[in-house]
Amino acid sequence: MSDARDASNTGQAELPPLLGLDGGEAPFADCVLSSRVRLARNLVGFNFVNRSSPEQLADVVHRVQSARLGGGGGGFDGGVRWVNVQTTAPVDRLMLFERNLISRPFVEATHPRCVAISSDETTSVMVNEEDHLRLQMLAPGLQLRALSARMFALDSSIERSLEYAFHPRYGYLTACTTNVGTGIRVSAMLHLPALHMVQELERVQRAAKELHLAIRGFHGEGTESLGDFFQISNQTTLGRSEHDIVEQFAGSILPQFVEYERAARRAIMERDLAALDDRVFRALGVLRSCRLLALDEAIKFLARVRLGVALGRITDVPLSLVNRLLLEVQPAHLARASNGELGNGRDDRAARAKLVREAVRG
Amino acid sequence: MQHHCDRCNNPAVVHETLVHEGKKSEVHLCAEHAAEGGYILPTQGGPTLIVGKLLEKAAAAANAPQRAVKCCPSCGMTMAALRESGLVGCALCYRQFEEELSGLIQRTQEGATAHVGRHPAHAAELIDRAAVRNRLSRDLREAVSREDYERAARLRDELLALGEPTSDSAAETAIDATSGGGRHA
Repeated sequence: MSDARDASNTGQAELPPLLGLDGGEAPFADCVLSSRVRLARNLVGFNFVNRSSPEQLADVVHRVQSARLGGGGGGFDGGVRWVNVQTTAPVDRLMLFERNLISRPFVEATHPRCVAISSDETTSVMVNEEDHLRLQMLAPGLQLRALSARMFALDSSIERSLEYAFHPRYGYLTACTTNVGTGIRVSAMLHLPALHMVQELERVQRAAKELHLAIRGFHGEGTESLGDFFQISNQTTLGRSEHDIVEQFAGSILPQFVEYERAARRAIMERDLAALDDRVFRALGVLRSCRLLALDEAIKFLARVRLGVALGRITDVPLSLVNRLLLEVQPAHLARASNGELGNGRDDRAARAKLVREAVRG
Repeated sequence: MQHHCDRCNNPAVVHETLVHEGKKSEVHLCAEHAAEGGYILPTQGGPTLIVGKLLEKAAAAANAPQRAVKCCPSCGMTMAALRESGLVGCALCYRQFEEELSGLIQRTQEGATAHVGRHPAHAAELIDRAAVRNRLSRDLREAVSREDYERAARLRDELLALGEPTSDSAAETAIDATSGGGRHA
C-alpha cells in the first residue's frame, strides 16, 4: 500500500485497465447500466471539510492514508491505489469522474484531497469531499444487495483504524443533514428508452417523487437525461436501517421501474416493430458511418443501439461493448486514448467518430 | 394600577407611553377625552393597541446590550452561516444547534428524528447507556405522574448513578464522548 501511496505523489494517475462497468451479463443489465452504494463518514476530532483549513485537510488525508482499508472482504483486498487529486493532471481527474469514481465537485475543488481506488475499480474512497470520507462501490446491472454487503465489510474494516463521528440519536454525523443517520445512498443508473418512446417518463418522475426518490440525469446532479439514462437514488438516510433502505430500493422499487420499462418495450415490439427497428438500426448506421461525432450524439445513438441489443434486434454488437463505449466516448477517456491532452471540439468529434466506427464495425 | 384620566377624574381607558428624544412620558385618558383627542377606542375587553407602546419596545430593544450570536465552540459556525451554506461545521454543531437542527433534520428526512441501523463499535456502550437513561427517565416521569414518590426517588437515584444529569438528553452527553470536541477548532 505504501508503494501505491508514493506513486500517487508523482501526480500522474496510472489507472488500471477498464473493468467493472462493462458487464453485459449482469442482473437486469437490459435496463440497469450500473448500481452504486455510497456511505458518508466523518472522523472524530476534526472539523468537517467546510470548516477546515488546508493544513487540517492535509492532516485528514494523512490520517486516512495511514489507515488500513484492505482486508475483511471490503473491496480493497486486491490492493489500493491512492491518487492525489489535488496534484494529478486535469485529464486524469476528469477520467476518474467519467468512471464514477469521484464526484464533479471533487474534480473541481482546490483543497487537499485524494481518492483510494481498488484494483478492480469497483470501490473508491474520496477523502475530503463534502465529508471526510465518501466510500462508494459500483457494479454493473442491479447488484445492490451484494454491493451493500461488501460496503458494510469495508466500513467495519476502516472503522477499526479510524474513529467515526457518531451521535446516539442522529447516527453518523455528516456535513449535510440530508445524509445524517445511516449516511447511505443507494442508486442505480436506469436505461428507460421505451418509457420515453411511449411518453411515460413524466409518470416515472412523478412516481419517483412520491416514493421520495431523487431522479437525475446521466452524470448525477443537475444534468439532463442524455440517452434516456436516469439515476435514481434514495433521498432520506435517517429513521430506517441500511438493510431496510437497500431492501426496499433493490427488492421492491427498482424491479418495479424495470418491469415498467420492460412492459413498454414489449408493447412497442408488438405494436410497431418496424419503427423500433428503424430507430435502433438507423442509430447503428450512424455509428458505423460517422466521421464527426459530438458527445451528446454519441450517447444518444449508443443508447438507441443499446436498446436494440437488449431486445435482441441487433445481434452483432455485445451489450458490454456498448456499455464500454458509453465511457470511452467521453472527453477524458478520448484524450487518454490519443495524445493525453483534452482536445478541442472538432478534433474530439473526429477522434470519437473513429473510435466508435471501428468498435462497432459490421 | 388603575389610572385616572389626565383631564378629569374618570377612569382612564386609553394609555399611551410616548418616547421623545429618549424621554418617556405617559398619557392616560377617559373614553370621552380620548375621543376628543382623536384616539380610536379599544374594543371592549380587547387588547389596547397603542403605537407608543410598540415604539417603547423598539427603543428598549435598541438600547439593550447586543445579545451574543450563538456560535459553535469547536468550529465557530453560526446558525446564519449554517443556513447559508446548508452545511454543518463539525460534530459538536449537532449539540450546539440541536434545537435549530432538529427541525431542519425532520424536514429533510421526512419527519424521521432518530437513527436506526449500524453504529461504530465504540458507540455501542453509549447507545446502551442512552437507552437505559431514556427508559429510566420515562419510568421516572410515569412514577411522578402517578404520585409514586418512593419509586420516583429510586429511579432518580438510578439515573444519578449513571453519572449523568436526570434528563433524557442522552445525545447531549454522548456526543462529547464521541466527537471529542473539535481538536482543530
